[in-house]
Amino acid sequence: MGKRITIDPITRIEGHLRIEVEVEGGKVKNAWSSAQMFRGIEMILKGRDPRDAPLFTQRSCGVCTYVHYLASVRAVEAAIGVKIPDNARIIRNLLHGAQFQHDHIVHFYHLHALDWVDIVSALKADPAKTAALSDNVSNAPWGGAAYFKQVQQRLQTFVDSGQLGPINNAYWGHSAYKLPPEANLMASAHYIEALRLQAKAARLHAIFGAKNPHLQSLVAGGVTSVRDLTPDRIAEFLHIWKVTQDFVKNVYVPDLLAVASFYKDWGGIGGTTNFLAWGDLPQSDKEPESLFLPRGLIMKRDLKGIKMADQEKVTEDVLRAWYEDGAAKHPFKGETKPQHGDYKPDDGKYSWSKAPRYEGEPCEVGPLARVLVAYAKGKEQFKTVVDSVLKQLDIPVTALFSTLGRTAARGIETLVIGNEMEGWIMELVENVKKGDTKTYQSWTMPDKGMGYGLNDVARGALGHWIEIENKKIKNYQYVVPSTWNLGPRCEKGKLSPVEEALIGTPIADPKRPIEVLRTVHSFDPCIACGVHVIDPDSNEVYKVRAT
Amino acid sequence: MEKEQKEFYERLEAKGVSRRGFMKYCTFLTATMGLSSSFVPKVADVFAAPKQRPPVVWLHLGECTGCSEALLRSSYPFPDDLVLETLSIEYHETLMAAAGHQAEENLQTAIKKYNGKFICVVEGAIATAHDGAYGKIGGQTFLEIAKDVCPKAAAVICLGTCSSYGGIQAAKPNPGGYKGVGDALGIKTVNIPGCPPNPVNFVGTVVNYLLLGKLPAIDGKGRPNFAYGKTIHDQCPRRSHFENDEFVTEFGSEEAAMGYCLYKVGCRGPETFNNCPVAKFNDGTSWPVEAGHPCIGCSEPNFWDTMTPFFEEM
Repeated sequence: MGKRITIDPITRIEGHLRIEVEVEGGKVKNAWSSAQMFRGIEMILKGRDPRDAPLFTQRSCGVCTYVHYLASVRAVEAAIGVKIPDNARIIRNLLHGAQFQHDHIVHFYHLHALDWVDIVSALKADPAKTAALSDNVSNAPWGGAAYFKQVQQRLQTFVDSGQLGPINNAYWGHSAYKLPPEANLMASAHYIEALRLQAKAARLHAIFGAKNPHLQSLVAGGVTSVRDLTPDRIAEFLHIWKVTQDFVKNVYVPDLLAVASFYKDWGGIGGTTNFLAWGDLPQSDKEPESLFLPRGLIMKRDLKGIKMADQEKVTEDVLRAWYEDGAAKHPFKGETKPQHGDYKPDDGKYSWSKAPRYEGEPCEVGPLARVLVAYAKGKEQFKTVVDSVLKQLDIPVTALFSTLGRTAARGIETLVIGNEMEGWIMELVENVKKGDTKTYQSWTMPDKGMGYGLNDVARGALGHWIEIENKKIKNYQYVVPSTWNLGPRCEKGKLSPVEEALIGTPIADPKRPIEVLRTVHSFDPCIACGVHVIDPDSNEVYKVRAT
Repeated sequence: MEKEQKEFYERLEAKGVSRRGFMKYCTFLTATMGLSSSFVPKVADVFAAPKQRPPVVWLHLGECTGCSEALLRSSYPFPDDLVLETLSIEYHETLMAAAGHQAEENLQTAIKKYNGKFICVVEGAIATAHDGAYGKIGGQTFLEIAKDVCPKAAAVICLGTCSSYGGIQAAKPNPGGYKGVGDALGIKTVNIPGCPPNPVNFVGTVVNYLLLGKLPAIDGKGRPNFAYGKTIHDQCPRRSHFENDEFVTEFGSEEAAMGYCLYKVGCRGPETFNNCPVAKFNDGTSWPVEAGHPCIGCSEPNFWDTMTPFFEEM
């Protein structure tokens, strides 16, 4: 038996996650992913007004803010049977696009970069050489030796203060860091620039959504921000969208490629097998046909054999999770009761997260799944960017099945989705020009109704299911990206995607397992979202209306 | 000091923030905090050149990280200024580079080294059912961590409604027995409620502490008066519509398009104490009523139970 390493807490994520690995011969031989918190928002929703569900569920996560709000309002609309006006669809897509831009930038720079970038090494960089490097690889609006000298001085002052705060006690100087000091300084400078940029980018949400995090302008039937459909508001949106997308084009993607070029071996580490995307960003009221991010399922890495994904084939399993035992069931058939217990990774229960499976198989969800599905379907906007990235990095398409591929896919889709947003803004302008400012469709609450919404959000495939009875919530469930990616084993003993991905990872120093962080962070874990409980009382399969 | 200040202003200008713009912000903050204008230069000093950055230990308990995210949206000061020059963030799970036992070591080192001197910011509620089994970090329950850390702090600031009063996970039936920090530990805390709160109210509280060496005056619910002294309703730009009986009764209506009062579609502004209409969110871009959505009362204790159903008139 190899040596066991536990990393708890996994930092630079949302929520409380514990990862344990067994290392033998310098490689990970086995892995366990454990969610460490339970809140029970679905239990809290029971008996409440269905109109309130989106406001509640949005609080699942403040990092992936907006996405549960959107998913929930879609599920409620499906259950009550209302179609939203075109302007509401466009505004929701714009807010969703802005969330992809914001979330992925923050993930790359603030949650993931320090796994690849050694800030301490940046202190040794030559500012002039850094400026030359920066000019060579990016079109960043800042640069020059003076700029990098100033950033370096600022970091030096910080280090000299002896108050190292958030950079204290990390894995600096680890042999797995491969960037030269100049690349480390460039990336550190952009870490700071991205911190400021994201504050500005979040204003996109405030324009049509009141505030960020936790927007407040969606209601079942549409959006409330009708008074923001003015030329100055739309122009404000267009301006900040452009500033943000310029950053994506000129800084984020070039940085991603520059850093990736030093870590090409990670194109062979951290891969998984199956990929699921529900798809999102509807271009009309037709689903799934009009989804800009297509729906699809890829099993055993077979891109040519891509299939349509069907929510009826999803089950959740609790054998290894802290809930009372029961067979794996479709979300509509859930029968789950929380049962806290000891942490028993080897033969018992070890996580608050459940184990979703598609036809019994674990599936990775998220940027890589979406990019693979779009690529396999020959979606032009994605194909062009994917092929260009593979060419620039000089790696084969099979290298996408990896930690490197997952991190690259996140940048690729940010670029592609961000580029599309301009067209959506113009669609909105055209509608307003025609005098169409309708953003809401009225409706009446039925006594009974059921519905679900399938979505694809920054971290992956997300489904919300609701049942209404006596105009109240009888049952509410969601199956979220981090449950798919970071759940525990299932009754068949199949590992979750992150557990599978970790196996085979080289570990240079078991006391400083930075390699584990790289793969775990590449999934962009969100544990507050991932842990929830299904209504214990419902145990029938229902026919439901999809959005 | 002078040299440091000069460098500070140079840095600001490099970021496109003029000295004048910065002073304007300090004036705004000083006014928000209800201090006299003579404090403006002192407020500027707090950001410009602290001798030793005050240590902050930031705990994430039962929460969604939305409050941390809200603070990262601050642009006066920029988040990098807060982290690199204003405060010393000793422990913050979302930001820190260290992980696992090295991260926990940072926490233990900080609370020993700065015993009685650090600011403890808490984000999230504490699970108390089943001895706190519903929430753990590094094998310790939220309850154990809070009991260990909070009493050693110079001050405990609860950021957000969850740490202040329990928040969403404490809504009925509260499966995890979640409670706010003051309630769970029986200690006095300064509460900056909101879901999430406006970062300007947190910054104002911290500046008050750094400037005057004490926390701002608070009300009976632990909230700083400078931010939570008046109702939303009393500061609402749509107030005249309320007085004139001009109400929105359905979304998507003519009245909604005209910006009438949202009272009849459930606005909780009359019973919610906060400065949203004045401070607004994300650099003053908007706030819920401006976006045509009723206030949900998100900074009031137990609002998930007392203010719901949200879309019914009070």
